[in-house]
Amino acid sequence: MDLVANNLSYKPDDQYHLNEVSFNFKEGNLYTILGRTLSGKTTLLKTIAGLLTPDSGEIEFDGKNFLKIPVWERNVAMVYQQFINYPHLNVFENIAFPLKQRKIDQSIIKEKVMDALKSVGLLGYENRKIQELSGGQQQRVSLARSLVKNAKILLLDEPLVNLDYKLREQLREEFKNLFSKGLADKTILIYSTTDPRETMELNGEVIVLDEGKVLQVGPAKEIFENPNSLKVAEISNDPPMNIIEAKISDNQIRFEGIDVEAPQHLSKLTEDGLKIGLRSSDIELNENGHEFEVELAEISGSETLLHLKRGDTKIIVSIEEVLNFKIHDEVKINFKIDRAYAFHADGKLASSPFGGLNG
Amino acid sequence: MNKLYIFLKYFFIVVWTVFVVAPFLWALTTSFKDFQSVNGGVTYIPWVDFEPNLEGWKVLIKSPAKGGVDIIEPYFNSLFVTCTASLISIILGTLSAYALSRYTFKAGFVKNNDITFFFISQRIMPPIVLSIPFFLFLSSINLLDSLTGLIVVYIVLLMPIAVWIMVDFFNKVPREIDETALIDGCNPYQAFLKVVLPNSIPGLIVAGMFCIIFGWIDFFFAFILTFTEVQLLPVKIVALNSSVTPWWSLSASALVSVAPLIIVAFIVERYLSKGNLSGAIK
Repeated sequence: MDLVANNLSYKPDDQYHLNEVSFNFKEGNLYTILGRTLSGKTTLLKTIAGLLTPDSGEIEFDGKNFLKIPVWERNVAMVYQQFINYPHLNVFENIAFPLKQRKIDQSIIKEKVMDALKSVGLLGYENRKIQELSGGQQQRVSLARSLVKNAKILLLDEPLVNLDYKLREQLREEFKNLFSKGLADKTILIYSTTDPRETMELNGEVIVLDEGKVLQVGPAKEIFENPNSLKVAEISNDPPMNIIEAKISDNQIRFEGIDVEAPQHLSKLTEDGLKIGLRSSDIELNENGHEFEVELAEISGSETLLHLKRGDTKIIVSIEEVLNFKIHDEVKINFKIDRAYAFHADGKLASSPFGGLNG
Repeated sequence: MNKLYIFLKYFFIVVWTVFVVAPFLWALTTSFKDFQSVNGGVTYIPWVDFEPNLEGWKVLIKSPAKGGVDIIEPYFNSLFVTCTASLISIILGTLSAYALSRYTFKAGFVKNNDITFFFISQRIMPPIVLSIPFFLFLSSINLLDSLTGLIVVYIVLLMPIAVWIMVDFFNKVPREIDETALIDGCNPYQAFLKVVLPNSIPGLIVAGMFCIIFGWIDFFFAFILTFTEVQLLPVKIVALNSSVTPWWSLSASALVSVAPLIIVAFIVERYLSKGNLSGAIK
């Protein structure tokens, strides 16, 4: 049972929320929609759910025209980034709500609700009021409510974004377990997120969305290794990939008075306006390296992010330990240049270290 | 500092209590007085300052033939008109408010906010401006001096209050709750009845209270649109006044007329203190 969309467009004001989006989702797979805020992720999910009607385009599910079926008959489930539950019902009633709506036998409802509670780790909470639960627990309730329906399509709209760091890690683990268990055989899972790390960890098929347009589709590994454009490279890396304007000649990459020997996959690119892309983790501190000035140093978790400057070139370096730097300090860095990407002046990928469009 | 704070706190509580309770106390004692005790200087304490009697109360239920005013029928008229008009206003107002909050309307330059403003603008106009159109309207459909006519007019007056309060309330209920209900298999009517409405009870209570208060205390339209067939309580109370002001029966009727509002207030207060209204919607 495939979910197929053709050229979906939605333009409620003067901006496209969806721009000619097409996809072919197969049952039993996990699809991750990666995009920044306002890139159209929620619009796309709501269109699939039936809450929005696109201006043009078609969606078919199981060979039937999905646009002719109202939301309440589509058998989809959705988890929002805000923890949406029914505030007037307790935990049990919340999860039982979609089943009661289908007029299912009371004893079966009870059994299914208990199963769902168990799978999200909330057994014993069934008589609690929603307001008495923490954010993470509320999100588990809405997850349970979406699981209990056995929906054919499960939509998760940035379900972890409003949780604190620890809970996010924990729930993400549980999501992965849930997705890998039986559930995934019969369901199309669609998960939207802004977080590249989450995307890589979920390891599904990735759709990169920006300003309502699909930029690239492929397995998570492929998106990470061979982003097809500058935009995708920015969106799929956190911190965003460093972009350096450089010139390559005589087998040397030159920028800001620095000469670096070009690796094999870049050596033949001699055009003007070339941009070199290098991940923040592919730059390291080195005594014999090139001198840069510290603009800002932030410590996040066990990592230090250094914002560096040399001339007009600004780069971010992430270091896997906590270090203290003062603003305007001089640091010396080395580039792992064999892991550099090159992009044409129009933003298209020219060459990647993983063999995309080599040379 | 702390003692001063406590002193000031209780000082203001006492002042305010006296301010609120004194008129009731005055009305209560006056209603048991006769002509002599009312005009014979300051008297407050029954059996000491004056001899209480029930004359003031008896007048209210005696028929006019026996020199009374008989407020029983106007009283029930008022109850009936207020409750019916409030109920219909709440039902119609809630439905309109939900539509205005959730759906987009557009007719030329008129949009949702303009429609909402149109409702509220009915309350901005001074009543006197509305009185002539209402009079002509009711007389053209033969509903002057009738309960039905009054109910129609009160719905026009009360519905804007309900719409105003409920639009604001529905705007605070996240749309995602409706959407989740739709996804969970409700059609739009079920989503409204099963999910949105149960979470809007606090708003409904507030809107209902305002409707009942405004309907119950209206004198102006009740006075203009009725003559002999039908009378409402506020009009009847004013009619009590004659060449000699009967303070005792006026006081008694005043107490009787605020009684329903006090009862409503007590019930709502009970409900509030049980915590049923708090935290319905984050």
